[in-house]
Amino acid sequence: MYDKTIAEQSRALASGEISSVELTQTYLDRIRQFDGDINSFITVTEALALEQAEAADKRRSAGNANTMTGIPIAHKDLFCTEGVKTSCGSKMLDNFIAPYESTVTGKFRDAGAVMLGKTNMDEFAMGSSNENSHYGPVKNPWDKSAIPGGSSGGSAAAVAAQLASGATGTDTGGSIRQPASHCGITGLKPTYGRVSRWGMVAYASSLDQAGPMTRSAEDAAIMLNTMAGFDNCDSTCLDREVPDYTATLNDSLEGLTIGLPKEYFTAGLDSEVEQQVRNAITEYEKLGANVKEVSLPNAELCIPAYYVIAPAEASSNLSRFDGVRFGYRCEDPKDLMDLYMRSRSEGFGEEVKRRIIVGTYALSAGYYDAYYRKAQQIRRLIRDDFLNAFKECDVIMGPNAPTSAFDIGSMSNDPVAMYLSDIYTLSVNLAGLPGLSIPAGMANQRPVGLQVIGQHFDEARLLNIGHRFQQATDWHKQSPAQA
Amino acid sequence: MAIDASGVKKVAKLARLSIDDDAVEATAATISSILELVDRMQAVDTQGVEPLAHPLDAIQRLRPDEVTEENQREQLQSCAPAVEEGLFLVPRVIE
Amino acid sequence: MQWETVIGLEIHVQLATNTKIFSGASTAFGAAPNTQACAVDLGLPGVLPVVNEEAINMAIKFGLGIDAEINKVNVFERKNYFYPDLPKGYQTTQLEKPIVGAGHVDITLADGSTKSIRIHHAHLEEDAGKSLHEGSFNGEHGMSGIDLNRAGTPLIEIVTEPDIRNAEEAVAFAKKLHSIVTTLGICDGDMSQGSMRFDVNVSVRPKGQKEFGTRTETKNLNSFKFMEAAILKEVERQIDLIEDGGTVIQETRLYNGDTGEARSMRSKEEANDYRYFPCPDLLPVIIDDNRLEKLKAEMPEMPDAKKARFIADFGLSDYDAEMLCADQATANYFEATVRASDDAKLSANWIMGELSRSLNQNSMAISESPVTAEMLGGLIQRIKDNTISGKIAKEVFEVLWQGECSTADEVIEKKGLKQVTDTGAIEAMIDEVLASNALQVENYRAAEEDKRGKMIGFFVGQCMKASKGKANPGMVNQILKQKLDG
Repeated sequence: MYDKTIAEQSRALASGEISSVELTQTYLDRIRQFDGDINSFITVTEALALEQAEAADKRRSAGNANTMTGIPIAHKDLFCTEGVKTSCGSKMLDNFIAPYESTVTGKFRDAGAVMLGKTNMDEFAMGSSNENSHYGPVKNPWDKSAIPGGSSGGSAAAVAAQLASGATGTDTGGSIRQPASHCGITGLKPTYGRVSRWGMVAYASSLDQAGPMTRSAEDAAIMLNTMAGFDNCDSTCLDREVPDYTATLNDSLEGLTIGLPKEYFTAGLDSEVEQQVRNAITEYEKLGANVKEVSLPNAELCIPAYYVIAPAEASSNLSRFDGVRFGYRCEDPKDLMDLYMRSRSEGFGEEVKRRIIVGTYALSAGYYDAYYRKAQQIRRLIRDDFLNAFKECDVIMGPNAPTSAFDIGSMSNDPVAMYLSDIYTLSVNLAGLPGLSIPAGMANQRPVGLQVIGQHFDEARLLNIGHRFQQATDWHKQSPAQA
Repeated sequence: MAIDASGVKKVAKLARLSIDDDAVEATAATISSILELVDRMQAVDTQGVEPLAHPLDAIQRLRPDEVTEENQREQLQSCAPAVEEGLFLVPRVIE
Repeated sequence: MQWETVIGLEIHVQLATNTKIFSGASTAFGAAPNTQACAVDLGLPGVLPVVNEEAINMAIKFGLGIDAEINKVNVFERKNYFYPDLPKGYQTTQLEKPIVGAGHVDITLADGSTKSIRIHHAHLEEDAGKSLHEGSFNGEHGMSGIDLNRAGTPLIEIVTEPDIRNAEEAVAFAKKLHSIVTTLGICDGDMSQGSMRFDVNVSVRPKGQKEFGTRTETKNLNSFKFMEAAILKEVERQIDLIEDGGTVIQETRLYNGDTGEARSMRSKEEANDYRYFPCPDLLPVIIDDNRLEKLKAEMPEMPDAKKARFIADFGLSDYDAEMLCADQATANYFEATVRASDDAKLSANWIMGELSRSLNQNSMAISESPVTAEMLGGLIQRIKDNTISGKIAKEVFEVLWQGECSTADEVIEKKGLKQVTDTGAIEAMIDEVLASNALQVENYRAAEEDKRGKMIGFFVGQCMKASKGKANPGMVNQILKQKLDG
């Protein structure tokens, strides 16, 4: 049952074929058995999970269950969970037991979902490989010498290795889609403002968005039904009706126009990855879609724009980690300056410090216009490119990353090379659009995902497009050889 | 735009980060390579383009002026490094 | 050399909202440390701000109250710096687009002259918490304690142009501003609790010079008295410094009201780079015409309009009207007294004289006065109808102040203070006085006409004394004259 989708497990729970306690225990056993190697969890909340599973079973027998009731899932370790450590993959928060609950995890808790634990991640969501974690790198379940992608690498690996039915992730520049792609699972980054950010430790506030990471598009729809919606605690969360994302999964794709940005299919793209992406698009043509070339002229500028905006916002967002009210505090500070300098220098890892320095520099006197303001102007150009492209097509398709998962350690000394690998995902965050990654084959023996980019608030269509593909293919059903 | 060792130290101090002396040169080189990457923006003419702070042109919602938060000091200070008499303790603040 | 002082003020006004600007925690003053600091105020990881509507409304009202332009698109920015009383490591404030644009506040000086002080702008921001030092709490040796109850309290920071030329103008301006914000009901005006705090920028220049001198900023003055003293001291310091061949350096200074000492705040000297940028957790606040119209309709009568009305309707002098309009409570008290007494001039005199003296002596606000406007009005009635003299009235006031009686009539009745106006009784009393002062009578009659005016005072005094002050002084005068001159 552990290899089934949430939709299938939910039916099994409803029919009494299995209990939530049994299903939860199965995953807890698998985590104990396999995660020592994969390292996808930072915290496993075994006792709490079994308690929740028991409550879910009772709720189901009382007739109050919904699709998520009793489903064991994992949360990226940057969602605050009351009474449970929320580390953000950082030494800074190694001792932080959140005194309040994030909206996203609260919604799952209220729906009766079971929390298995908190997943590993790049520190403060900064990274594309999950190598930047205080708790050690996560390994890709398909090939343990490979990275799982990042920053939601722990969530992606846990779902791929069947250590959880589904997981939450967050995506600031590709942190759901790229690890989903590298781990052969389905991942959705919703429209900015679709899901509340309350209780989600901020990396870059104007880009961060939470979304589901699952074994199928249908499961992503089920999880999004629980996650999405207005929250009066988040000023940037939009008050807009939430459709039932499962209701339109089977809609026909006849007449759908798919745009292929010419800028996405260039020399930088690995030929095997390109082949898998093109095969997937051919599959869509069989399903009745039309394909046309579109242009996103400023596509390449997403890298410089993102690597100014995100670090700038991060440099400010991370100022609250000062050793005063929570989190890591250095030993015996000799004065206030020493408290700040050492708590922050000892508590943050290298990549986080790097981005804080870049962001601080970009906002500092004399550089603001050349960096921050310029980046925000380019952000507008990038968004407008998408709005123009969507005049000619319904969705845009392309790769998630230039290559399949690379080897652990192969890029860790070259941040710029790592940043460049984010080329296909960053612009979606800058424009606030929804983006879906679905498994689309293998390249160099490692999974490859297809990225589908939609118009603002078009999640239902993306999930429909993902689901129809998964009805016609079985890439999403493949799983790594047993650990 | 390249940044040198003293520049990096200055910016790091502004961000309350210390960099070991023997790591300053390497840090300056890495930061410079990142700045070189982001400097690709400078080639683009953005004259007259309004900066975009949020992707959807939404406007701020306002909250009614009603007290919704009760005293939760004990819980909120449960993860504080040093507290005394309900106050967060820090090395002496000199004004 | 003749020196001219140039002063600009920055005033932090705490808005009288129930809750913080970005959280639903209470802003009530005086709670136990950190009991009114919620997760948002503490800047816990993952928390987010939502803007308090009332803070926006109050800031708009201030703008309307000083004839300023209201900015329709408001962007909140982050001002980044590290300080223990600043939980997030940044203050959410406004920079490029402050909610209130240029306006003016008009002041009246003691000599009756008026002056318009230009307001550069006023912006909305959040207050910081407080650092408590050793001694003020039983802290460990060498540690400070941080209380974040105040963190996130909404403020408007009002910035003037450098239009003020001396301490008197600065105080008059500060009092006028106090009157404006309390009239608007956007601030409780309680300076002792830090509801209004002044930063004073002072420079001096030789009279006639166009360029400004180097200025210093003295921060966080929380009373009119301290502000005045701090300005006088700083002006003197700067002039002495320059005259001794030194130069003023631009710095932030701290004035200690208790000791009267001022010093440089060295810790703030380090060059700050605040790295302002638009707060990505907040969206632009758009102020539409509906909101503006609604708030305009709610505007109370402003002090200047009230003053003009007092002058026109009650025939008050400019100065009296200014004083009575200094705060809403005094103006209301005055109007109620006029209603009860039907005499504006006497009401004004009594409020600014006896009443304000008693309030000052007891450090009381007019709202706490044991003598209500109705009581004072009743007292004035009795002066007007000659029931009591002005002198006796003070005695009656004192009894009312002590709370022994609840109306002037009751006091007059109880203490038998009713004025004697019976001619026969007064004549008899005068005869007695003249008889027992035969020598003085002789001297009087021997004196020349122009000396007599002064001499009659003696007899009046004796008569009033004999009547225990109750004889009608006018009648005493008249009858005495007849008898002595007759």
